[in-house]
Amino acid sequence: MHSRNAAARLRAELVPCLCLLVLAVAGCSPERYPQTALLPLSDFARIGDHVQDQTFYWALGVFVLVEGALLYAIFRFRGRPDDPEPRQIHGNTLVEIIWTVIPALILAAIAVPTVKGIFQVNGTPEGNLLEVEVVGHQWWWEFRYPQYGIVTANELVIPAGRTVHFKENSVDVIHSWWPPRFAGKRDVFPGRETRIWFKADSTGLYPGQCAEFCGIQHARMAFHVRSETPEAFEAWAAHMQTLGAPKPAAAPAPAGTDSLRTASSGANVQQESQADPLFAQGETLFRNKGCIGCHSLQAKGAPTALIGPNLANVGSRAYIAAGWLKNTDENLEAWIQNPQALKKGVLMPNLGVKPDEAKALRAYLRAHK
Amino acid sequence: MATTVLDQQRAHAGAHAQKTGLWSWLTTVDHKRIGILYGTTAFFFFLLGGLEALLIRIQLARADNNFLSPETYNQLFTMHGTSMIFLAIMPLSAMFFNFMIPLMIGARDVAFPRLNAFSYWVFLLGGLFLNASFLFGAAPDQGWYGYANLTSRQFSPGHNVDFWNMGLQILGVASLAAGVNFFVTVINMRTRGMTMMRMPMFVWMSFITQILILLAFPVITVALILLIFDRFFGTHFFVPAGGGDPLLWQHFFWVFGHPEVYILVLPAFGIISEILPVFSRKPLFGYAAMVFSGAFIAFLGFGVWSHHMFTTGMGPIADTFFSLTTMLIAIPTGVKIFNWMGTMWGGSIQYRTPMYFAVAFIAMFIIGGLSGVMHASPPADLQQNDTYFIVAHFHYVLFGGSIFALTAGAYYWWPKMFGRLLDEKLGKVHFWLMLIGFNLTFFPMHLVGLHGMPRRTYTYPKELNFESLNQLETLGSFILGLGFLVFLFNILKTTRGPRNAPADPWNGATLEWAIPSPPPEWNFAETPVVHGRDPLWELKRQRGGRLPEPSPGTGAGIHIPPPSYWPLVSAIGVTGIFVALMMSPKWGPWGIIVAISLTFFGIYNWLFEKGYSEFTTPQGGGHH
Repeated sequence: MHSRNAAARLRAELVPCLCLLVLAVAGCSPERYPQTALLPLSDFARIGDHVQDQTFYWALGVFVLVEGALLYAIFRFRGRPDDPEPRQIHGNTLVEIIWTVIPALILAAIAVPTVKGIFQVNGTPEGNLLEVEVVGHQWWWEFRYPQYGIVTANELVIPAGRTVHFKENSVDVIHSWWPPRFAGKRDVFPGRETRIWFKADSTGLYPGQCAEFCGIQHARMAFHVRSETPEAFEAWAAHMQTLGAPKPAAAPAPAGTDSLRTASSGANVQQESQADPLFAQGETLFRNKGCIGCHSLQAKGAPTALIGPNLANVGSRAYIAAGWLKNTDENLEAWIQNPQALKKGVLMPNLGVKPDEAKALRAYLRAHK
Repeated sequence: MATTVLDQQRAHAGAHAQKTGLWSWLTTVDHKRIGILYGTTAFFFFLLGGLEALLIRIQLARADNNFLSPETYNQLFTMHGTSMIFLAIMPLSAMFFNFMIPLMIGARDVAFPRLNAFSYWVFLLGGLFLNASFLFGAAPDQGWYGYANLTSRQFSPGHNVDFWNMGLQILGVASLAAGVNFFVTVINMRTRGMTMMRMPMFVWMSFITQILILLAFPVITVALILLIFDRFFGTHFFVPAGGGDPLLWQHFFWVFGHPEVYILVLPAFGIISEILPVFSRKPLFGYAAMVFSGAFIAFLGFGVWSHHMFTTGMGPIADTFFSLTTMLIAIPTGVKIFNWMGTMWGGSIQYRTPMYFAVAFIAMFIIGGLSGVMHASPPADLQQNDTYFIVAHFHYVLFGGSIFALTAGAYYWWPKMFGRLLDEKLGKVHFWLMLIGFNLTFFPMHLVGLHGMPRRTYTYPKELNFESLNQLETLGSFILGLGFLVFLFNILKTTRGPRNAPADPWNGATLEWAIPSPPPEWNFAETPVVHGRDPLWELKRQRGGRLPEPSPGTGAGIHIPPPSYWPLVSAIGVTGIFVALMMSPKWGPWGIIVAISLTFFGIYNWLFEKGYSEFTTPQGGGHH
């Protein structure tokens, strides 16, 4: 009777153990997770990862020992109701001192790399820094490059191998900027500047997202970090610098158009695009539907404090709608027609754009690369 | 002085007579009945919070799911957290404070029986008020921690935040009143020989919890009042545009919020410290160390609040301070775990259902404690903060910890409270479902959190690959839910069965097992005298075995306070003040005047109520 119970109990314990094993295998292959914090790609992220690893191994050791001792006690000291009363022990000073001191020593071993790490991540980077201002908006990210005088949104472009120094603030509520492959979170406050820095090791496109609850669309406030070679980054920045207001002398405004039109179009838009009738229709719609009230199409000299993301290079971004909707023609058109269906509560209202109008607007925006 | 013996007898007769019916429950001041009211209400809110969690889990079972709208999801996670903390775990602990503390210290009631009733009614009304927000489609949606300045009028124009704000204020009144009551009860109402260092560990941990409540709740009360001013009267304490600072709210909130964690878990420590010795048939290992480690945890609990704020960029000095104080807490917590294992070590462990839950508590709490040490380290916490890793951590502490312990306590004290033993077989089915479901729900959250899934997000894109782990979690949550259905079934089945529990079904060590199950209204026919720790074991040893079934006595000559409806009236008044604050500018002021008048009317009548003043003379009624 007794042993059958034990066998049943063992079986019952095996099932969750197996489940956990499967889980551990599934969970421990970080390559499957593009947003994982366990595969650091920068000096900053490695500081935290190193401390976390050390803490984890201590924790794992303690876990195995203590849970092991507990399991031993569970089975070893199993009693029956008619067993004699066990020896009545009230405590043991020596043992109690030992199990107070040993955890204290383990914690000291964790505290040393922790404090070292604290001072490292709080250090001010030096050298040839790229300065970037991160501005949180409900529910998208603005990135300003004061050294280049350019602005972009939702897709941060950085050079690998060069330390980027971020100054962060918010125009509305608290957000938290989190590119897990490159750095931990740094909260973004209205009326208070916070800072973080990192130097990316490698190139590629990596996701990140807001980590502080900031209202109805907190979940859809993502972004991407596009890490480029230094040369590609400089080329990109130079290209962005051309996306300013066209020089009046070079492109005099046609009669009958107001100044808004020239403010909206960037100099990079290619000639063949401009020849597309859809492009011209889109340009008119962009003005008439009021898009221009919230979105700028200039990367250089763009007005700040706009409600919507800067669209100067929207045509070349991988994602739209703050980093979660792939930038395909269908998605872009669907978004333009009915943003409230895709991202309920987003500050962009449904503007009554018809399908053919959405096509024109899509063509117009697609030309802004 | 003017009362006669005859008057006293008449009052006694009145007090002992009414025992059934709705009115007797509405007017009860009996700590045991109030305990049952707390337990029933809190269990109802616990099930509600659990349902909210299941809806959340359904939504997250698939990437880009539209099962819930974002605003509904945000309301559900806010209400799940708020309910589980303020309407489930705290009042479930309060159920045991109420029922057990007086019995364990050999008292006939708490120090202030009517204040006790008042606390319960305010808690009930506060809980109903908070949940009534669903009926208005305006359930709180800003998170249980309500970070400014998202809570400002500009960004939260609806009444959602107001429901949360007023609800928490109402519940705070209940907690503070109960805190005073149990603090005084433990200090003043102990029976002869029950010195502080002979108190059962549950009483000690509850006592420390009351101190935490008394010191922590005023902070959140003040912060919420400032928020009321910001939202209703146009001040700018937390509004940056007006010179305020949203970071200030975070400091206020966590100076309350971290001790609150220990308010939730210290009673659990106490319950476990009662159950382990009884079922190991060995006294608690290291009693003094257990007392002082509990006190030390509580003390340190006020010096760690900013570890919730490492990502705000406080600078290296503050980071270091709060990191090290947080790590220090692991030492007394470790002492507790080792002492619990020391209690089991060399024992003769009887595996009844309460012991299953108690042992699982230790195993799960260790995991929660270890992940806690992991994010005490700011460089690592910058990644872990606000992800599902944190969600996993605090569920291992508050579910694997508090809920497992409260469930252990429910199985342990059920026979004492209701005179019926819960079914052992169903109890063990409940246990295994809960243990498996719990781990399946919350263990994967560690992984999905480290792999980049943030908290409080109503959905996630498919390409981030969070789906399979989330599906496991959802599966686990339904197994967990099934476990509580089995528990409910066990309760129903037991309640229909006969009242057959003996006074001392587990061979208990503490005074509550010396009296009949359920105890008579007056608890002890004769107030006990205590000569050491584990008084009942001592007595049984002296008498050479089990004690005969105790007789409840007739209650003759024992003064117990008569019922009163003034606590209920006062509670309605106090709740009304906060409800009226939310009414329109036209009716609000009138509502406030009416509610304040009702409160004072209730308190005035409470003060001069007959049946109480007569017995306050030293010779009066043998109150103690």
